[in-house]
Amino acid sequence: MIHMKEVYKKYPNGVVAVNGISVDIKQGEFVYVVGPSGAGKSTFIKLMYREEVPTSGEVIINGVNTSKLKRKEVPHFRRQLGIVFQDFKLLPKLTVYENVAFAMEVIEEHPKVIRKRVMEVLELVGLKHKVRMFPSELSGGEQQRVSIARSIVNMPKVVIADEPTGNLDPENSWEIMRIFEEINTMGTTVVMATHNREIVNQIRKRVIAIEGGMIVRDVFGGEYGYEI
Amino acid sequence: MVMKYRTLQRHFRESLKSLSRNGWMSIASISAVTVTLLLVGIFALVMMNLNNFADNIENDVEIRVLIDIINDPEEMKIAEDKLIRQVQSLPDVAEVKYSSKEDELQILIENYGEDFSLYEQSNPLRNVLYVKAKEPEQTASLAKKIEKFDHTYDVIYGEEKVENLFNFLNTGRNIGLVLILGLLFTAIFLIYNTIRITIIARRDEIEIMKLVGATSSFVRTPFLFEGLWLGLFGSIIPMIVVSVVYYNLYHKLSPKIHGKMLQLLEVTPLIYQVNLIILALGIFIGVWGSFMSVRKFLKVY
Repeated sequence: MIHMKEVYKKYPNGVVAVNGISVDIKQGEFVYVVGPSGAGKSTFIKLMYREEVPTSGEVIINGVNTSKLKRKEVPHFRRQLGIVFQDFKLLPKLTVYENVAFAMEVIEEHPKVIRKRVMEVLELVGLKHKVRMFPSELSGGEQQRVSIARSIVNMPKVVIADEPTGNLDPENSWEIMRIFEEINTMGTTVVMATHNREIVNQIRKRVIAIEGGMIVRDVFGGEYGYEI
Repeated sequence: MVMKYRTLQRHFRESLKSLSRNGWMSIASISAVTVTLLLVGIFALVMMNLNNFADNIENDVEIRVLIDIINDPEEMKIAEDKLIRQVQSLPDVAEVKYSSKEDELQILIENYGEDFSLYEQSNPLRNVLYVKAKEPEQTASLAKKIEKFDHTYDVIYGEEKVENLFNFLNTGRNIGLVLILGLLFTAIFLIYNTIRITIIARRDEIEIMKLVGATSSFVRTPFLFEGLWLGLFGSIIPMIVVSVVYYNLYHKLSPKIHGKMLQLLEVTPLIYQVNLIILALGIFIGVWGSFMSVRKFLKVY
């Protein structure tokens, strides 16, 4: 599913963000990526959705080697992934419905299919009654739920989330986690970078800890392991 | 990959939606297009009219060849026919017109009044050939060639005056051309910049589109449509203003202008031509400006 082999990433400014990571994540797994700020978590995540390509080593997602992708193939590659960000990245001038439908319009899906599927995922995240609202009219937790709905609307095999609860209060964070777990039980792989100690310790899953660009710990059902 | 018709429809819809959702930015862009196209339109009107004046003046330049007087009418006739044949055989000649001294006197009387009818008794004038060159600039050299033929009494074409006029007209045209090119360049730059600013304000939008897997053409097309609208809406006011102003100007000024050479160009073909230029420029600049601006952001990924 996700396969990284001796991945090394050095930025043009000389910073080595990932320093020899090898890891395998299987279909249907739920993985937390933890570690202190600046440890290389974000780069690790960006390598997965090909925002970055490794300086050396291999990143293979769904059987695709990201280094070998041509620029025009990237859009098609990204459609197999669902991506969720800390800052939601919703289009402020589109309604809730349009923000989610947008991801399906991009793949030129039939309007009837879009209408049905968008309402399905909005029901899953509990926002069916707010379809006509704009992001600015929603709470942070609701906005993140819209962004999750958008990430799963095309039924990706992997959902990649970079600190999805970073901007949310505990109550909303738990709601988000409930949705991620539900997505995971449907067979979707979830990879989530997080700083949220309570969540990692309470909902026990595989924990990959990154420090100084290297994996220092990889435990199934592990703890967060850092003091805040 | 060919874009589906449905997707094209979507882009069409989206571009209109986004135009209204980005209200003030759209108005700013449209205003920039309007102002520059208005300038271009007015300038085009002025230039086309000036050019027309210049053409008229140039085409009016002719050489007057005064013919020697020979007492025997038959010999006179032979000499004149020979001269006409010689002039016609010159390669630069476009037209030769013969005017007898009686015709000349009639013209004189028409222009300067009945006083000259006194001369009808004994006409002091000469028979004349009016010669037009194919290219107005050849007038001087042509006159020199004709001078050398037999039976020419004098060759008149206003020498220096004509040459000065040609130099003046050519300089005027070149300056006009440079000005219009400069104006166009400024217009394109101004509009490109305005569109760029509106697109920079929306680069998050482009980034998100790319993140959910939109192809470059999917991202680009609505912006191109938007550029099309900007250009289209921006050219409406200039087209109306230019048409109304010129229509009124023409009908007020035309009756007051007597010289045939300084007549304004007719309203109907001119206004259509200038409007077409404005519209085409507006659309071109809008679409091209959008294309260039979006391209920059698409390159990031």
